[in-house]
Amino acid sequence: MIEFHQVTVTYAESDAPVLRNVDLRIDEGELALVVGRTGVGKSTFLGAVNGLVPHFTGGTLAGRVVVAGRDTRTHKPRELADVVGVVGQDPLSGFVTDTVEEELAYGMEQLAVPADVMRKRVEETLDLLGIAELRDRPLHQLSGGQQQRVAIGSVMTAHPAVLVLDEPTSALDPTAAEEVLAAVTRLVHDLGVTVVLAEHRLERVVQYADRLIEVHHDGTVSEGDPAAMMATAAVAPPVVELGRLAGWSPLPLSVRDARRRAGPLRQQVADRPRPVRRPPTVRPARLSLRARGVTVRYGPVTAVRGVDLDLQAGQVTALMGRNGSGKSSLLWAVQGSGPRQGGSVEVDGEDPGSLPPTRARARVGLVPQTPADLLYLDTVAQELDQADRESGGVSPVSARDLLDRLTPGIADRSHPRDLSEGQRLSLVLAVQLAAAPTVVLLDEPTRGLDYPAKRSLTGIVEVLAAEGRAVVIATHDVEFVAATADRVVVMAVGDIVADGPTAEVVVASPAFAPQVAKVLAPLEYLTVDQVRVAVGREAS
Amino acid sequence: MPRTLHPIAWWIWALGLATACSRTTNPLLLALIVGVLGLVVASRRSEAPWARAFKYYLALALVVVVIRVVFRSLFGGSVDLASVHVLFTLPHLPLPSWAAGIQLGGAVTVEGTLGALYDGLRLGVLLCCLGAANSLANPKRALRVLPGALYELGVAVVVSLSVAPQLVESVQRVRRARRLRGDASAGRHALRSIAIPVLEDALERSLRLASAMDSRGYGRTGTASPRDRRVTGVLMIGGMGGLCAGAYGLLDASAPGLLGLPALVAGAVLCCVGLALGGRRVHRTQYRPDPWKLPEWLVVASGLVPAAVLVAAVGNGVVALNPSTDPLVWPSLPVVPAVGILIAALAGVVSPPPVRPAPASSRNAPVPSVSSAEPVASAGTAPPVEVPA
Repeated sequence: MIEFHQVTVTYAESDAPVLRNVDLRIDEGELALVVGRTGVGKSTFLGAVNGLVPHFTGGTLAGRVVVAGRDTRTHKPRELADVVGVVGQDPLSGFVTDTVEEELAYGMEQLAVPADVMRKRVEETLDLLGIAELRDRPLHQLSGGQQQRVAIGSVMTAHPAVLVLDEPTSALDPTAAEEVLAAVTRLVHDLGVTVVLAEHRLERVVQYADRLIEVHHDGTVSEGDPAAMMATAAVAPPVVELGRLAGWSPLPLSVRDARRRAGPLRQQVADRPRPVRRPPTVRPARLSLRARGVTVRYGPVTAVRGVDLDLQAGQVTALMGRNGSGKSSLLWAVQGSGPRQGGSVEVDGEDPGSLPPTRARARVGLVPQTPADLLYLDTVAQELDQADRESGGVSPVSARDLLDRLTPGIADRSHPRDLSEGQRLSLVLAVQLAAAPTVVLLDEPTRGLDYPAKRSLTGIVEVLAAEGRAVVIATHDVEFVAATADRVVVMAVGDIVADGPTAEVVVASPAFAPQVAKVLAPLEYLTVDQVRVAVGREAS
Repeated sequence: MPRTLHPIAWWIWALGLATACSRTTNPLLLALIVGVLGLVVASRRSEAPWARAFKYYLALALVVVVIRVVFRSLFGGSVDLASVHVLFTLPHLPLPSWAAGIQLGGAVTVEGTLGALYDGLRLGVLLCCLGAANSLANPKRALRVLPGALYELGVAVVVSLSVAPQLVESVQRVRRARRLRGDASAGRHALRSIAIPVLEDALERSLRLASAMDSRGYGRTGTASPRDRRVTGVLMIGGMGGLCAGAYGLLDASAPGLLGLPALVAGAVLCCVGLALGGRRVHRTQYRPDPWKLPEWLVVASGLVPAAVLVAAVGNGVVALNPSTDPLVWPSLPVVPAVGILIAALAGVVSPPPVRPAPASSRNAPVPSVSSAEPVASAGTAPPVEVPA
């Protein structure tokens, strides 16, 4: 279905190719998963499938890409629209019309599908993806998972043979991600659609893949059977790492496979002492932030309903919950910059909401969901100098030192927009830490980060906690929470519905349990590292 | 059966009323037109955000009237009229000789002010007619009926319409983010710290939209040679010129007769030929096109009646259409034009009622508050509104 013949892609301003001598074929009805570190040519690979690379992006493509018998050299993306459907990372920015039904029809209108066929296909697609009840809804009012399914539906109405998905679940909560992946696997199994999918969160998708395509740093690509590839892959989900640790072969890719093998491992670690998280860093326990009855309303919608929250110094708290459950609103209200209709917040005896912004940020620092909103200067050095000026010299360390401590090796002269997601996050974090806040709030910091980047973020968060700061991380990433948080707070429709130590809250939850917990339940192991420690002790 | 009326029918209806109101300065007739517009808009508009536009047009019309009167008082103060009723006198500024003909200040008369008021009213009611069309017909659906040759133009308009609210949301988000940095400065620095992230955001969004549209088949080319395209261009520009001249001739009663209907017809013909020729290079179909049935014909007819009646009345020299302000007389209500205008109100009865959303749906939440329900309203941060089971 898709053939790459000796494909090399080079962008104009760089000397090294992004993809080098790629030679592979993806057969009809396969689900191919594209993996690799952030910044390698995953998106380039996906773009090459329908000719967006190089027709839309520029650059030079040597070799040949043939899709359903059509060469992308002679066919522009629009002329491949009837065979390849593409869904980008942010579905909202790809929508052309306003309502679900019109969006589903848009692609067909471009392809001049007759009106009666269009009507029929729209109805079929609404049912196929389970979005029939959304048909008249405005697109911007849909939740993230619904938007993603509408985006998939809007390309599926053209009946393409190939579906290309770029990080379809990266912005979604675990339940919404399951919905989207269920829809995708249904397309593969029932309609025989060939799916090419890139995803950082391997734990969500690797078990569905028929073929794994790994893009390496030098632009070369290796491919093969997922279980075989996973034995050596640079990025691997926790269940695979657990399999590697336990020496299982073939490696399990799903929780179900692993659980069936894990009997001996469970017995081996069962009589070990309960895994301990790192000891509290601040003794005796000290309250950093005390919030009572925080309420946030936007017109008729109440986003946060009278929430009480205490944050301990040196404690890392994960804030979880569905998209739209009020996590961001709570963080912004607590910081003082967002609206707050009721309740009180107290940090070091003062309410950050009533302080001027410069002093509020010395109490509570917030890194928003789109960190780039805070950056507007031309170089990293200028941003850091500006941060030092803004903090008014309260911090003993300069922003530059903070950045080097968080992520060494970001050049002074680079442009903030050219940094990778992880580097940009570090830069904004350094800017915010320059004010030496008592409480640090991170809104969805793991979006777009690969496993190594998340590991280094965990390291950064541990340092912040060790310095005696209270850290709150709003996130959907259960694996990251398992590795990083001491405490988990779960929100639903504006209320806190669960609050407790990480192990207690997540092990029992079907949506929020990390893979290791699911494999070893009812034992309270959350991460591969904990298991490694337990097994290691046994050996010694 | 509730359904949306074809947008073009509403536009023709509103333009018919606009033609009628351009023929008169009688405040009673103009008030009657506003009444008809208000009645039909109130009974036949939908719940969509653009349907609330009418009241903004009313406010705009009021501003136009006020500006017209104020300017007339400031610059049009007459000093040499014989039979005038002076309201009050502004200080008169003598102007140099090269500005002869322009008065600054002077006596403000009842006659002059009233004349300005009538003129302003006519312009204001014209605006209200456009406002009524905009709140009755979905602007995006109206663009969808554009012929194939103008399709790209229509898409550009639709996309820019959706960019405006996104820009507003972007600015709000970045302004809030600036407070996180404790950046309370104003002036050039503030402008830079807001404009740069917003523009970068908008640029990235546009690129993503462009690539999405490209991969979904937007702009697939049909069969057209460069020569065809040139001919189309010439025809279209000529036709548009004809249409503009014709519209001007029709709306301004003092224009030469040749500039009116003949120019309009010639322009329309040229445009149609150009569009037909240009449409050949686009291959596209339309999903659920709006039907054109009896209600559409009736609405169009009810809008054209007042236009025809008033144009005919002008031809027959009905004096009451333009009541005199010098000497001052009370405006009287001419019967036939008034009945003609009232016929346009039938559109509120003969058109089908708009589709109302199901009760207790989440759509009851107003759109702006929903899009800002989370500080960062990018993908995946929809507010906790659920579809009722």
